[in-house]
Amino acid sequence: MANLNTDFPNPVRRAAHSALLSLTHPNKSMFERQRALLRKAVPAGFPSPADDYVERRLSLDEHLIQHRESTFFMRVAGHSMRDLGIFDGDLLVVDRSVPATHGCVVVAVIDGEFTVKQLLYTPQGKVLRAAHPDYPEVAVTAEHDFSIWGVVQWNVHRL
Amino acid sequence: MPRAIALVDCNNFYVSCERVFQPKLEGRPVVVLSNNDGCVVSRSQEAKDLGLKMAVPWYQMKDIARRHGIVALSSNYSLYSDLSNRVMSLLSCFSPGQEVYSIDESFLELTGITTDHTAYGQQIRKAIGQCIGIPVCVGIAPSKTLAKLANHVSKKNPRFDSVCDFNSMGATELNILLASIAVGEVWGVGKHTVPKLQEIGIHSVLDLKCAPAKRLGARFSIVFERIVEELNGTACLELDDVAPAKQQITCSRSFGMLTSSLPDLEQAVISYTSRAGEKLRQQRSMAGGIHVYIRTNPHKENDPQYRQNILMPLVEPTDDTRLFCRAALHGLRQIYRSGYAYQKAGVTLTRIIPAAARPNTLFDDVISRQKSHALMKAMDHINNKMGSGTLKLLGEGTHPSWAMRRENRSKRYTTEWGELAVCFV
Repeated sequence: MANLNTDFPNPVRRAAHSALLSLTHPNKSMFERQRALLRKAVPAGFPSPADDYVERRLSLDEHLIQHRESTFFMRVAGHSMRDLGIFDGDLLVVDRSVPATHGCVVVAVIDGEFTVKQLLYTPQGKVLRAAHPDYPEVAVTAEHDFSIWGVVQWNVHRL
Repeated sequence: MPRAIALVDCNNFYVSCERVFQPKLEGRPVVVLSNNDGCVVSRSQEAKDLGLKMAVPWYQMKDIARRHGIVALSSNYSLYSDLSNRVMSLLSCFSPGQEVYSIDESFLELTGITTDHTAYGQQIRKAIGQCIGIPVCVGIAPSKTLAKLANHVSKKNPRFDSVCDFNSMGATELNILLASIAVGEVWGVGKHTVPKLQEIGIHSVLDLKCAPAKRLGARFSIVFERIVEELNGTACLELDDVAPAKQQITCSRSFGMLTSSLPDLEQAVISYTSRAGEKLRQQRSMAGGIHVYIRTNPHKENDPQYRQNILMPLVEPTDDTRLFCRAALHGLRQIYRSGYAYQKAGVTLTRIIPAAARPNTLFDDVISRQKSHALMKAMDHINNKMGSGTLKLLGEGTHPSWAMRRENRSKRYTTEWGELAVCFV
């Protein structure tokens, strides 16, 4: 018989373990399963005093996503937003439901392509500003096929 | 307070989904093709205007496509179902009663909502458009059948700006409108019934509305009595909040290339059976039989043609994929004939009952049933968590040569980390 601990790659093993775990407690919620796991770790059968305080672990989804239906992830390519802390390869959390106000960072569509820039409302009209001295501001004119796709809420940057 | 039911329908849904992440497709003729890039299943307005029809084999249209620069995409169901879930979930915020009717349509109960319904419809349209990027049309009426028609009108008639409320019209105005719609557009009136209706002088929706319900019911089917009542503004059909469990579960696909080898067919059948089994367990049901069918390509008229199917009953209802596969393979070997180039295979689980209603029998092997239940649960869990097909029966094969062709599928922007949309900054 295949050995679960050695014959399979790590992620498969982990999923299999949690599947098995959920089988041993088919009617229990995730929360209770974690408690059961904790209890197992106490060797002498003495109930852990922490048992009653086990809570659901924090989830980044909850923190980063305000509107589940209208939030999408996108990948950054390029360097023009460097000074606002957005780098090549970063992961953007974009919400389509929030209004694009003056100064926010938006995913815009210009002539059919996605771009990320800071949006400014000026007396002369909308301006897309990069955050890098080498990149000029772009004034949005009637010739541009322009729309705002969503507003960038967070940037996830790998250190 | 008059009854008000809205039908919200996404415009050219698959094409619209593609456009959310490929804005450069806006304004261009775009079509989405079925599995294996076979037929057109969704068209942008521009493609409709060029005269492209639904369900026509794509290879017959390659010439027109090249001439007009039509973009043809393979279907990307991961994307469509994710965006559909988002649309449906957002729509549920607009009403206490919702029936998700299909991947791109949903009924909403608007009775009791005191805002002007046309304005409310526009609000729904705006919300779906901004939050998800999918254009929708809204039809509002006192019955589901009329709501479907109102939606049809909102799409076809620019005067309504994509929201049409029959309740806000006077009786005469509505009748004039209904007189201008062909009876075939009515929900539930099949293609083959239209000529029969025309024979007795029913051509437009108005004709049907004014027809004697009872006599039509007696002549055609009881369904017609209901349709006529619904057309007259009496809601006979309620909104089903929960989709009823399916009585049959089918999984069938055409192959990426024709094959005449039994091992290929076996792999395909095992793979389709696995998928059907997953769906069965998802709705907590068991099945007492499995139907297997295979066929050659009917469009290749010069090739020898063969099609056959067989129903394999099971000793007792189960939800174990392995038992279904055993039965399906047994059936397949009975109907398989060598020397034909097969194009498609499929399986259907039948005799479906709720898992909880499975009768106990005298010879039940309780232990092996528990083991089977545990194994299926573990498989579903792993495949849910790590992606469909992570854990599968070896019989499916590891590199199937018959697998589907999706030559021009867009990225799975919302379900795969490696395929996110890229912003150039």
